Amino acid sequence: MTTTHLPDVRSTQATRPVVVSVRRPRLQRLLVHLVVVCITAIWLVPLLGLLVSSFRPAPAVLSTGWWHSFALPGDYTLDNYRQVLDHDGMMLSLFNSLAIVVPATLLTVAVSSAAAYALACMRFRFRSGLLLTIVALLIVPVQITMVPLLRVFNHLGLTGSFLGLWIVHLGYGVSFAVYLLHNFFAAVPRELFEAAEMDGATKSQIFFSIVLPICRPALASLAIFEFVWTWNDLLTALIFLGGFRDVAPMTVAVSGLVASRGNGWEVLTSAAMLSMIVPMVVFIAMQKHFIRGMLAGASKG
Amino acid sequence: MIADRIQLLVLASVAIAVATVGYLRLGDRALNRLPQAWARRLVPWLFVGPALVAVGLVLVFPAISTVVLSLLNSNGTAFVGLDNYTSTLSNPVTQIALRNTALWVVLLPSLSVLVGLTIAVLVDRVAYGALVKAALFLPIAISAVAAGVIWTFMYDYQPPTANQTGTLNAIITTVPGTDPIAWIINEATNNYALIGATLWTQAGFAMIIFAAALRAIPEELQEAARLDGASEWKVFRHVTLPFLVPTVVVVMTTMTVIALKAFDIVYVMTNGRYGTDVLSTVMYRDLFTAKDNGVAGAVATILMVLVVPIMVFNLHQFRRESQKA
Repeated sequence: MTTTHLPDVRSTQATRPVVVSVRRPRLQRLLVHLVVVCITAIWLVPLLGLLVSSFRPAPAVLSTGWWHSFALPGDYTLDNYRQVLDHDGMMLSLFNSLAIVVPATLLTVAVSSAAAYALACMRFRFRSGLLLTIVALLIVPVQITMVPLLRVFNHLGLTGSFLGLWIVHLGYGVSFAVYLLHNFFAAVPRELFEAAEMDGATKSQIFFSIVLPICRPALASLAIFEFVWTWNDLLTALIFLGGFRDVAPMTVAVSGLVASRGNGWEVLTSAAMLSMIVPMVVFIAMQKHFIRGMLAGASKG
Repeated sequence: MIADRIQLLVLASVAIAVATVGYLRLGDRALNRLPQAWARRLVPWLFVGPALVAVGLVLVFPAISTVVLSLLNSNGTAFVGLDNYTSTLSNPVTQIALRNTALWVVLLPSLSVLVGLTIAVLVDRVAYGALVKAALFLPIAISAVAAGVIWTFMYDYQPPTANQTGTLNAIITTVPGTDPIAWIINEATNNYALIGATLWTQAGFAMIIFAAALRAIPEELQEAARLDGASEWKVFRHVTLPFLVPTVVVVMTTMTVIALKAFDIVYVMTNGRYGTDVLSTVMYRDLFTAKDNGVAGAVATILMVLVVPIMVFNLHQFRRESQKA
């Protein structure tokens, strides 16, 4: 009797609604809200301030805080955007950014997917040594390469060219890219390739017709990473584009405005907004891929 | 000009796609004409080759030359031993940069863990959790340059008699008798101001990693502890936190590397003035203003040496992970 009775008691105790829904004390819940709301405000208010200021007329931006514009509804203008797009050349910079970032991203994805395929799915000498080298190179500060690279670039006339910057971004991005894709590719079941190999398919046929289509989500994760990362890069562009305005991407152009326009907040805020639009759109549209890439890149790092 | 850029973008993209397919297909076909043992041995190198060349030419070889350059004089014509190191390390500018880099390395990782973990744990307990997540998430896509503009504007300072246009000073001056603070110029606050701006762009990363780790913890363990009468804090401290230790390590090492490499935010917000230099800004000025390749190389090498312990640790972790698999 007792032995059959015991489990019964335990199971009634464990039914969740009875025990677990004990409400947390009021004070504790209030504290949770306070902390969360404060942190959220710290993260959202600066964005709101930027957005609002970029639409305010210059005299208003310089004389009153951005929150005052809520008291004077209708006092907004597109002049700041017109000014930075036409006069400050942000339109050209937008296309410079695209002309740097899109080919650099494609190049990195192409080169690293081939390498990751070999490292994840083929057996060969030095394979694990190569993998370890990739992991070691993941966190090398790129600053260590810049002095000699710049000397060689000056010598070859690559300074100030997009080609030079594509190559640099490829070299800087490839170790992370190979590492990320290797983590994905290694999870693909071997049988898929082995069957094709039995049928006499070559490695490149397997790569293009099986591996890449299956791993499209992984490639998307990597592409978004590279895109946002290259778009937001300042240091590399600053050093290897030689300071020429006509090739400057958005980041260099905005930091140039900061130096030349100091307190011209109406110009700086709208220029910063413009520089954020493309990566923001890419990021929000593809956030699932972004998060997946982030987790795969960090979990074993 | 704009049409040129579009044309370049399209042509380059097509060229990359064609070159990739052509290189692998033709290379594969050519290697398969060789005896089979050879082909089997060489095909993997066909695939890893381009990546190896890129990493070798852009990363490995230049890194080695930097170390060599750091032992030569300013234009690389004579061997000077460790002179560049002693001269830069005895320079007050570098000493301040080292002190600031240390401050970055201590504060950025610990604050990222604090904010990321706090939000990841608390976000499911409020009805507006999605908004909170989005708020921390958005700045990940924002460049350090734009973040620098945003926060310089937030920290903006006007004399006490004028209207405060900076949000932070407007808030603190609502307290009677408080004067506005020149956050970015004042040496007591400016390094914290720069680290805070960087935290703003990075905390979302920490939050995502922690949220994923929290989901992986078996729910029953926490429930069991609550049944035994443990307080929420005790459940977190003794059940949840031990599971999160590996994640804390990942976030800490990632943020430490970001702190060591910090450049963009400092360059935009202060350009290293008012005692806010970090190692990267010192190197940038040695390279472009002083045009001293030797000293710039020495500063870059110091930065590299600081990263080596993390690199060794990561390698160790990676080996252990792959042995488990």
